[in-house]
Amino acid sequence: MSSIVSISNLSKTYEGGFQALKNVSLDIQRGEILALLGPNGAGKTTLISIICGIVNPSQGTVSVDGCDIIKDYRLTRERIGLVPQELTLGAFESVWDTFCFSRGLFGKKPNPQYLEQLLKDLSLWEKRNEMIMNLSGGMKRRVLIGKALAHEPMILFLDEPTAGVDVELRKDMWAQVERLRKAGVTIILTTHYIEEAEAIADRVGVINQGELLVVDDKLALMHKLGKRQLMIELESSIGSMPEALAGFKLEIGTEGDQLTYTYDPHKANTGIDELLKALTGAGLVIKDLHSVKTSLEEIFVNLVKANGRSAA
Amino acid sequence: MNIHAIRVIYKYEMKRAFKTIAQSFASPVISTVLYFVVFGTAIGSRIDAIDNVSYGLFIVPGLVMLTVLSQSLANASFGIYFPRFTGQIYEVLSAPVSFVEIVTGYVGAAATKSFLIALIILATASFFVEMRIDHPFLMLAFLILTCISFSLFGFIIGLWASDFEKLQIIPLLVITPLVFLGGTFYTIEMLPPVWQTISLFNPVVYLVSGFRWSFFEVSDVSVGLSLSMVLLFLLICLLIIGWMFKTGYRLKQ
Repeated sequence: MSSIVSISNLSKTYEGGFQALKNVSLDIQRGEILALLGPNGAGKTTLISIICGIVNPSQGTVSVDGCDIIKDYRLTRERIGLVPQELTLGAFESVWDTFCFSRGLFGKKPNPQYLEQLLKDLSLWEKRNEMIMNLSGGMKRRVLIGKALAHEPMILFLDEPTAGVDVELRKDMWAQVERLRKAGVTIILTTHYIEEAEAIADRVGVINQGELLVVDDKLALMHKLGKRQLMIELESSIGSMPEALAGFKLEIGTEGDQLTYTYDPHKANTGIDELLKALTGAGLVIKDLHSVKTSLEEIFVNLVKANGRSAA
Repeated sequence: MNIHAIRVIYKYEMKRAFKTIAQSFASPVISTVLYFVVFGTAIGSRIDAIDNVSYGLFIVPGLVMLTVLSQSLANASFGIYFPRFTGQIYEVLSAPVSFVEIVTGYVGAAATKSFLIALIILATASFFVEMRIDHPFLMLAFLILTCISFSLFGFIIGLWASDFEKLQIIPLLVITPLVFLGGTFYTIEMLPPVWQTISLFNPVVYLVSGFRWSFFEVSDVSVGLSLSMVLLFLLICLLIIGWMFKTGYRLKQ
């Protein structure tokens, strides 16, 4: 895959002196879904805003499809659609009018057939003549997505698109994202719902305090940074850790009848065999055991924590 | 040139005016009728003709200017301030449009509305006085230039204002006094010499004077000077807006 967005040494310091981005470099591949994860204030929205032309960068360059976002802004912006975080819509215009406005604003000739299909895909066709102020929050969110797609962009930025959205609409949205991916649209999304990033993203970037901590293939990231845990359920509770098990760094559950053993599954010797022998040697009876892998959320939390510590 | 963008911004703004037709068009017409009743008929009947022009007819250009200036400022400033206030401006800023296209769309619509209101006022005035326009093309030129330049000024206010109070403060505290003291209802020759000199620092004097000359060939300053002042004001506004977009002032952080 070739790169469609190329960010090089991008920094942003706001007027008040707050540094929102610190020397960020990133290549976004054509046709991929990239999820940007990060806590509030990490710099995700600033990064997206710079690429879209809403915020001026302090340093660094960004190119979209080989064109510089400042020198060739017309070429880059017509390729990009943005769904902002806030429900920023006019209250007194109809859904149809706002779609036509967005399409024209991005320099596209009117195309009622395309807009009709888009409205139908977003389940908004019945609401096309409704004033936006009369729509529910979820419907407004769909309208924002439709507006971003009205000019047929090849790159779509979704800034927290599912914040405050109910489960059903969230599923609809991800189905729409999947359709767009199949149509070849590159999608960059920020989300707080890490399980969603885990479910739909090809690659994941973690950003914190303006720094891009890691960007990698989702599976590779989970492979590299993920750990496994062996959950051992005992027949009876133990008050303290038997001496024979001291070398295994086990954690005792609150009830005293569960032990957790964290191990690296990629190592030749995981230590499980020795542990099981040691448990039997210590006279403990195993009732049940199963293993779980670290979720993307845990990887994310660990990365952000580690970054916070190093920054401090 | 992104013609489609200019078209949709212009259409959007014009549609807004027609949606609030009472506020956009009926309100200035009613105000003008009231001015004619009070100043033109009630008070005007007791005032002598000025340069052989009846007082009722004399105030027509001033009344048109009074409304055009205030409407141009209000329409253009609100047109750009409101999307900034609601956050909708993100879409314009992220679109492939230059500042010239954005300004053409917003200011073009604001100026069109002011121009239409001016025509309605002239039509309304013709019910009260026998209308006389000696130089109709010059009158139209003055009118269009004033609509555009004050819409540009309104656009600057809309970009500069950080809240609704600031949006109102310049039209209320600066423009309205300048308009009333700019010879809208009188010729500055009626003032004592000191005030005549002070009035020459009021840019509105040049607008009203030039515009009035196109009606009756009666003016306080030369028509060439009036035209130059309007063009200079227009140029200054364009330069300021250009700078605002270049630096991202109040638009981009």
